[in-house]
Amino acid sequence: MAKTTYYIPVGPIHPALKEPIRVEAEVEGEKIVKVDVKRGFAHRGIEYMGMKRNAIQTLYLSERICGICSISHPYAFVIGSEKALGIEAPPRAQYIRTIIAELERIHSHILWLGVIAHEIGFDPLLFWTWKGREKVLDILEAITGNRINYAMYMIGGVRRDLKESHIKALRDMITYYWEFTEHMKEVFLSDPVYKARTRGVAQLSKEMALKLNVVGPTARAAGIRMDVRQDIPYDAYADMDVKAIVPQDIVGEARGDAYDITMVRLYEIEQSLDIIEFCLDNLPEGKILAIPNYVALLNKIKKTEGEAIGAHEAPRGEVIHYLKYDGTRDGPAVWKVIAPSYNNINSWAPLLLGAEVADIPVVVAYIDPCMCCNDRVAVVEDSSGRLLDYSYLHKKAVEKTRKLEKELGVRR
Amino acid sequence: MGKLTNFKRSLWVFHASGGSCNACDIEIIAALTPRYDAERFGIKLVGSPRHADVLLVTGAIPRDFADKLRRIYEQMPDPKAVVVIGNCGTTGGVFYDSYNIAGPIDEVIPVDVYVPGCPPRPEAIIDGIVKAWLKIEKLEKELEGKEK
Repeated sequence: MAKTTYYIPVGPIHPALKEPIRVEAEVEGEKIVKVDVKRGFAHRGIEYMGMKRNAIQTLYLSERICGICSISHPYAFVIGSEKALGIEAPPRAQYIRTIIAELERIHSHILWLGVIAHEIGFDPLLFWTWKGREKVLDILEAITGNRINYAMYMIGGVRRDLKESHIKALRDMITYYWEFTEHMKEVFLSDPVYKARTRGVAQLSKEMALKLNVVGPTARAAGIRMDVRQDIPYDAYADMDVKAIVPQDIVGEARGDAYDITMVRLYEIEQSLDIIEFCLDNLPEGKILAIPNYVALLNKIKKTEGEAIGAHEAPRGEVIHYLKYDGTRDGPAVWKVIAPSYNNINSWAPLLLGAEVADIPVVVAYIDPCMCCNDRVAVVEDSSGRLLDYSYLHKKAVEKTRKLEKELGVRR
Repeated sequence: MGKLTNFKRSLWVFHASGGSCNACDIEIIAALTPRYDAERFGIKLVGSPRHADVLLVTGAIPRDFADKLRRIYEQMPDPKAVVVIGNCGTTGGVFYDSYNIAGPIDEVIPVDVYVPGCPPRPEAIIDGIVKAWLKIEKLEKELEGKEK
């Protein structure tokens, strides 16, 4: 009998992937019948290095776990360290930390909206969303001094204060993004082709989501009300009422597909704007560091024993840091990091089974995978044994979108 | 800046991310988007190293990635140039003492341009690519000389 299935490796270097991971798929015609995900290409041994350095050096190392979540990892790290060491950040620092974390959520969600638009062949939309994203990067640069990797947090506070000029710029930004998000909602949610291309694609039922233990917007799109900011509030989140954004609250039902995820992310941008506004209105006065002298801080760490878990709701889901200080050295004796993409990538295999080859980029992109938080290249062979490269897969994805456009009678 | 006379095509760029933290990678995409708009110079990201003139590499290279990077480099047609984006690719950066890093990128493949920064700004990335362009220009001239 003739061979009916073909093997398609994607990655570890692949255009759909910005980072290294490998997806191996067996295809029967257009249908995927077997999937295997291999990760670990971006392993840098960060936890090992962190356990050799002092706590302040490790804090900046934690920032380099991921450049997109370059606030989320330090956030979980400082919360865990503060709990373990018995330090409390001054209220003003807590509010500033929350503001910066929400600014990061805005830039990360807009980044994802651009990526998903690119994956299905709407490149002008990628450029337009990323143009809007520059505004929040400007604000972050003005406050922290860098567009990415901000070096803003410190165990027991923040390193830079918010000035009047920053607060004014933040309020301008909020006005800008209310308008921009409204426009994005119109473009993404009411476009018939976008809807046809994402409805039912990468669909995760509530049961599956619970079974696979997915987190963040992926879980919320499936209708699970989970959000670290709501479940175990910390810093300024404890002073306000943060509610997890789920599709059933917006449109009445949760389907857990790529369209619902887009919706959840768009509404979360608005939620972030609300949180920043609340923080600015209630910003307390006072110090920004509990222990301003870093030598004194390291000394205290050296003398303190303790262990704790720090959790933060990163744009992709919950990020958890476990820290243990043993009172003999000035850095963590044990440091364990759990990043959201680790859980979310588990959903690839069941979602890819039975899907079309043209849906690989959407399924891969929809959870907004972050390999540096976890691990990228894909190769796919067609029936003649020819290798299909990423540009070919991307072309297929675009073709499917165009076909849908024609079927729906949309002209552009 | 020298004059571009020999290299008459658009410059195509392939982007390989090693053990990078993503920050450099998103700044490379940001360099292509409207604020910085590198595409107006004809600089374009392509999906295969076989179509590329310039290879952008980010991140310190983990051990099991080194041979893959070498394969990508070998697939590129001459004349080619390699640009390293970011501190960790240039020197190892914060990952200097990791057990799983094969070293900075110039220990794996030959490098022409270094763009330091954590991450470098999009302007710096465009500047680095223009420098690589000049190098390719020189290589192209040499290749032409050989043909004659």
